[in-house]
Amino acid sequence: MTTILGRRPFAAILAAVLATVGFWFSPMVPDAALAGDLVTAEITLRDHKFEPAELKIPAGKDIKITVKNMDGAAEEFDSNDLGVEKIIAGNSTGIVRIKPLKPGTYAFYGEYHADTAIGQVIAE
Amino acid sequence: MLAAMILVFREVLEAGLIVGVVLAASRGIPERRRSVALGLLAGVAGSIVVAIFTASISEAFDGRGQELFAAGILMLAVLMLSWHVVWMAEHAREMTARLRHLGTEVAAGQQPLMALGIAVAVAVMREGSELVLFMTGLVMQGQDSMWSLLGGSLLGLGLGAAMSGALYFGLSFIPLKRVFTVTGLLVTLLAAGLAAEAVRQLSNAGVLNVLDTPLWNTSWILPESGWIGRILHILVGYNERPTGMQLIAYTVTAATILGLTYYPRRRHATVQHHA
Repeated sequence: MTTILGRRPFAAILAAVLATVGFWFSPMVPDAALAGDLVTAEITLRDHKFEPAELKIPAGKDIKITVKNMDGAAEEFDSNDLGVEKIIAGNSTGIVRIKPLKPGTYAFYGEYHADTAIGQVIAE
Repeated sequence: MLAAMILVFREVLEAGLIVGVVLAASRGIPERRRSVALGLLAGVAGSIVVAIFTASISEAFDGRGQELFAAGILMLAVLMLSWHVVWMAEHAREMTARLRHLGTEVAAGQQPLMALGIAVAVAVMREGSELVLFMTGLVMQGQDSMWSLLGGSLLGLGLGAAMSGALYFGLSFIPLKRVFTVTGLLVTLLAAGLAAEAVRQLSNAGVLNVLDTPLWNTSWILPESGWIGRILHILVGYNERPTGMQLIAYTVTAATILGLTYYPRRRHATVQHHA
């Protein structure tokens, strides 16, 4: 019997599950291995507002932003300009990685509270 | 209330348009409604599970879990949709003839139905988990605003479902002899768009770092944040600032599906020659 997963569907599924579990706990390529230095930054979300609302970072460098959600409700950190979206559960943290940016202003917002949760990243 | 309505409308539309197109593209397969319904249910259940495990998914793989998970299910959807297009193209002539002359549908067997159901489940799960988290947050916000926000959400859900239904019915007016070509093309572009989106997720996860700078920026003509841009993004994968790798993923996916669609026909034609 040939199915969409080949002649041994269960073996295929098992292999996929094992591979996933294996990768889940494996250390990934460390961020510093990416070309160039890595700049870290932090944004806190409190009462559906970002602090800082304006984040200044150097242009042309890889950025790793840690977004701390201090609210109980989940929020989605979203930015068309940066091409990222990350759901951050309530009272938890999310990591947003940005590739090197050209100098400029890049807007971001919290999709679930777009009236108050707004900010921008300024690359210079 | 308006904000909730708009947000829910947007998320429902993102899943609903895909379901509508895929449903229209499977005209002629019996029990497709049941497959789609099962896919919807599985998608909703999956959304709830993903919402519950959001934090641990996000933390996995050094904070890249969400992107990797999204890329994974997107690639699964691309496979299912591609397979669906190729299968439909193989059987298009047969199904058109049967539908036209007999009004009956072709017994398809398990595989195309499964591909259909999985594609629908993935589409729903992507947006569904966001909705679950949004609604949970609303409920947490307390009594005063909760009812108006929930009301807005229900309106958004209804509007999104209605618009998706409108797309489906619109597509069902395509004349029989054209419907499989047109819907096949639509699903191909849909799959290509999802492939490009998977590349974006992998790039954001930091595991795919080649050709990852935007080649152009058309947000001043057609922003993805606007309604037309968003709908085009869902249906045909419009991207206001595509990277080289995204463009490659898009064209390779579309070309592969189209190639697989046309190659078997030539093979059959050759076989008939010798028969």
